[in-house]
Amino acid sequence: MRDDDFFWEGLNHGRLLFQQCAECDTLRHPAAPMCSQCQSLQWRPHAASGAGTVCAWIESRHPTRDDAHPRIVGLIDLPEGVRLVSNLRDIALSEVREGLPVEVFFEEIDGRVLHQFRPARGV
Amino acid sequence: MTSYLDSTAIVGIGQTEFSKNSGRSELQLAAEASLAAIEDAGLSPAEIDGMVTFTLDSNDELDLALCLGVPALRWTARAPFGGAGACATVQMAAAAVASGAANAVLVYRAFNERSGFRFGQPGAYLPPGPDHHVAFGLDTPAKIYAMWYQRYMYKYGVTNEDLGRYVVVAREHAATNPAAWFYERPITLEQHQHSRWIVEPILRLLDCCQESDGGVAMIVTSAERARDLRQGGVRIKAATQAHLKDGRIMFDYYRPNLDDYEEVQHNTQQMWRATGLTPNDIDVALIYENFSPIVLMALEGHGFCKPGEAKDFIKDGHIRLGGKLPVNTNGGLLGEGYIHGMNNILEGVRQVRGSAANQVAGAENVLVSASRSTLILGNL
Repeated sequence: MRDDDFFWEGLNHGRLLFQQCAECDTLRHPAAPMCSQCQSLQWRPHAASGAGTVCAWIESRHPTRDDAHPRIVGLIDLPEGVRLVSNLRDIALSEVREGLPVEVFFEEIDGRVLHQFRPARGV
Repeated sequence: MTSYLDSTAIVGIGQTEFSKNSGRSELQLAAEASLAAIEDAGLSPAEIDGMVTFTLDSNDELDLALCLGVPALRWTARAPFGGAGACATVQMAAAAVASGAANAVLVYRAFNERSGFRFGQPGAYLPPGPDHHVAFGLDTPAKIYAMWYQRYMYKYGVTNEDLGRYVVVAREHAATNPAAWFYERPITLEQHQHSRWIVEPILRLLDCCQESDGGVAMIVTSAERARDLRQGGVRIKAATQAHLKDGRIMFDYYRPNLDDYEEVQHNTQQMWRATGLTPNDIDVALIYENFSPIVLMALEGHGFCKPGEAKDFIKDGHIRLGGKLPVNTNGGLLGEGYIHGMNNILEGVRQVRGSAANQVAGAENVLVSASRSTLILGNL
């Protein structure tokens, strides 16, 4: 039993879920068994809207294998007030900017469904 | 003003060579370094009654005690968080001495971190099951740390060339330190800028610390006892830790404010409060740098310069030997070797003793900064 089992199960169903404290409504990520605000053990899953903005980013390449597929890894701030690590897709490294509006989608990568982000439509 | 650790001192230091392939076990490295520290202090193994190391160290206290012939231990403790906890080992040892829990504490750290388990390899930190970081490509320390360096560099317009100016100084210092892996091998800024990208656009190869084999050790006892020992002693003026809510080790992405180095700021406030010293009183700073950007962030976090000004502080030559604040006079973890930051503490001891390869004349107060733990060393 892990505290974040619900998160990965949510991704399998195309949903980005966070813990929301049942007592004080505070959202938290990554998962934890207790609310850091009020110490309640009770929580409910809260589905993210899927919108976000870019907070930080790097390119992830294999340090020595030139042919390995590079990925942009980003910190994404969600309007719900949580931050998560994800990949930025459909954008070049040089085009990424702080505050860039992005939206979530889901894709199976290396046998596991992961959340991914791309520039929000209309941007 | 005196801190609660002010009555303690480091009285002996010992180390092995720093290499890429030690050719012997981690326990042997620990035993060699420990014996050298005990002998440096003028003590016998029978007088050691405490041991402190890292949670990550593979060397069991009892195995090491058996090698050294230590008859009985009354105190053991281990510091968490890898290199960020380097100075916490000294705080634990000093707290044991100050409280009377132990009389003479051996602090050690030894590993084959190049020829054995390499921290820098992709997947070295792969957790079991799904995870929120490695699955997205953050599979090396360089990438993991670069993510929050990026925030800092973006905010203050710090370029990779700015980082290179630190690396040139570190290698300059290593070049005249015979114990450094990069002894007699300085680099130019052009060489730095031509080294390959490890994490674009943050880190090049020469921004990364070494992977090293080696062991270091030191002995902590009371300042009173230190006066009668072979080397005298180097006073532990303050030793602090700062672990703040929302902070995480390595994957430190979840604090609301990622632009400032809050743990360093917190440690700094504790140190000035404990000692009555100010940044102007520090003669040498030894700053843990797994990667070069952390030096800039720490210079600002400790208050040696204002936010965003570390790049100019370095450019103006202040961190070189002869500058306002010589930094990493041993070459640091990039230049001397990566013994998880513990080799910087030994350099601090040598600077106060006046026995460093790159001695800063009259060094009285030395800051050892290891991110989440810090230390101020000074005269007895």
